Amino acid sequence: MNIRHIAGILIRHYYLLRGSPTRVLPTFAWVAIDIVLWGFITRYLNSVGPSGMDFVPTLLGAVLLWDFFSRVMQGVTTAFFEDVWSRNFLNVFASPLTIAEYVSGLVLTSIITSLVGLLVMLVLAGGVFGLSFFTYGILLLPYLLVLFMFGIALGIVASAMVLRLGPASEWLVWPIPALLAPFAGVFYPLATLPAWMQWIGHLLPPSYVFEGMRAIVAGQSPPWATLAGALLLAAAQIVAAGWCFARVHRYAVRTGLLARYSAESVA
Amino acid sequence: MHDDPHPPAVLSVHTLRKQYGETVAVDDISFDVRRGEIVGLLGPNGAGKTTTINMVLGVLQPSAGRVVIDGLDIARHRARALALTNFAAVYAPLPGNLTVWQNLRVFGLIYAVPDLRARIEQLLEQFDLRRFRDSKCGVLSSGEQTRVCLAKAMLNRPRLLLLDEPTASIDPASAHDLRQMIRAIAANGDSGILWTSHNMYEVEAVCDRVLFVSHGRVLLEGDPRRLPAEHGAASLEELFISVAREPLAFENGSRA
Repeated sequence: MNIRHIAGILIRHYYLLRGSPTRVLPTFAWVAIDIVLWGFITRYLNSVGPSGMDFVPTLLGAVLLWDFFSRVMQGVTTAFFEDVWSRNFLNVFASPLTIAEYVSGLVLTSIITSLVGLLVMLVLAGGVFGLSFFTYGILLLPYLLVLFMFGIALGIVASAMVLRLGPASEWLVWPIPALLAPFAGVFYPLATLPAWMQWIGHLLPPSYVFEGMRAIVAGQSPPWATLAGALLLAAAQIVAAGWCFARVHRYAVRTGLLARYSAESVA
Repeated sequence: MHDDPHPPAVLSVHTLRKQYGETVAVDDISFDVRRGEIVGLLGPNGAGKTTTINMVLGVLQPSAGRVVIDGLDIARHRARALALTNFAAVYAPLPGNLTVWQNLRVFGLIYAVPDLRARIEQLLEQFDLRRFRDSKCGVLSSGEQTRVCLAKAMLNRPRLLLLDEPTASIDPASAHDLRQMIRAIAANGDSGILWTSHNMYEVEAVCDRVLFVSHGRVLLEGDPRRLPAEHGAASLEELFISVAREPLAFENGSRA
């Protein structure tokens, strides 16, 4: 891989963010609104719930982690959509850039934008609503890593879907996190779900993060083994997502989809 | 054109074919573009010109045949072959939400251009773009955008330059200047240029050789200044109309 090629993709998105407040705002505004909303909900629940019950680490913590995952996924897809919106595919794909370099550029862009969102969420949730991440201990870092890796994998698959189905299919991408949330057990144990939903939940690495988070808050020992399994699962999903994107790209080159893409006739 | 009577080919297209189901878009086309040479790819809409260019650029996989750029088969050495190639086309504008300088920087990195800042300054000067350096490409006129696309196409000093109707949306004076620039690039001798245009005056003024394509096949090939007389036409435009209307009459490379 050529570092300069990847830098080209990364710097394009840096220029776009630098010159456009409307692109910067969504990197933290929606997650901040979520934290404020759920912060007050947890405050209210703490006041009406049984004495000593603290909803902050379970509910607000879960919202923060889920928002982080969503930001990572959308970081990849939004970077990809910039090429869709500006009809830039021909310029990008008729260059020496390889698919691996292009996808790496999208992932690096997502790392930067999602870290900005995470920082804002941590400041707001900790400073205003008293969420302490020391509650989760050292496990917070691998939890974030699992969510990050799954967000990357899903972002790559969603981009492949838009490449295959056409620009109009981007509207199928935005609700993906909301669609997965019930299966991932963000706010409740997986055991709450019917068996078929649990089966899907077990294929989603975030479900292990939220199960583990609840176990720690309940004072149980950290689930290291399941965490290691979640990391492996997420890593395998990134490899599968990369393979999927490369396969869709090959299909688009073979059928002429890529060459015709900017006309939106494929939508 | 280059002084060497047989300069090496920068592009060799061997029996290239593209078929979509029963429809044949490009039907066993073969041709070369040599260093220092400007080759015009002419034909009516839907003749297969852009399909051919897309296959040369690696964004469309041929059903059969080979594309070799400066000795590199694009099917096997895609990245290396495309590092020696560049293109400008009316249907592939640069992102309008980046400035001229930003676009040239981004694509300069993608093409791994050495000493990039100096190269960008040189191209801004060459294509008279200095005053638009910090303007977003989306607010430029068609002619200015075409010049930016050409500057991008020259970033990596390509061995093979593909120009798909580069003067289609610009005024005659700008088109004249552009033709001069492109002739100067070819005269340097390192690059070969494949050019498509519907302006026969322009083709005659710029191209060393033309290929008439219709229904995905090369029907005629030759010097655009001599070809009309060889086929009983008064001008290149008249010959173009004859080929477009009666392609079967030219099936064997001459009027039946």
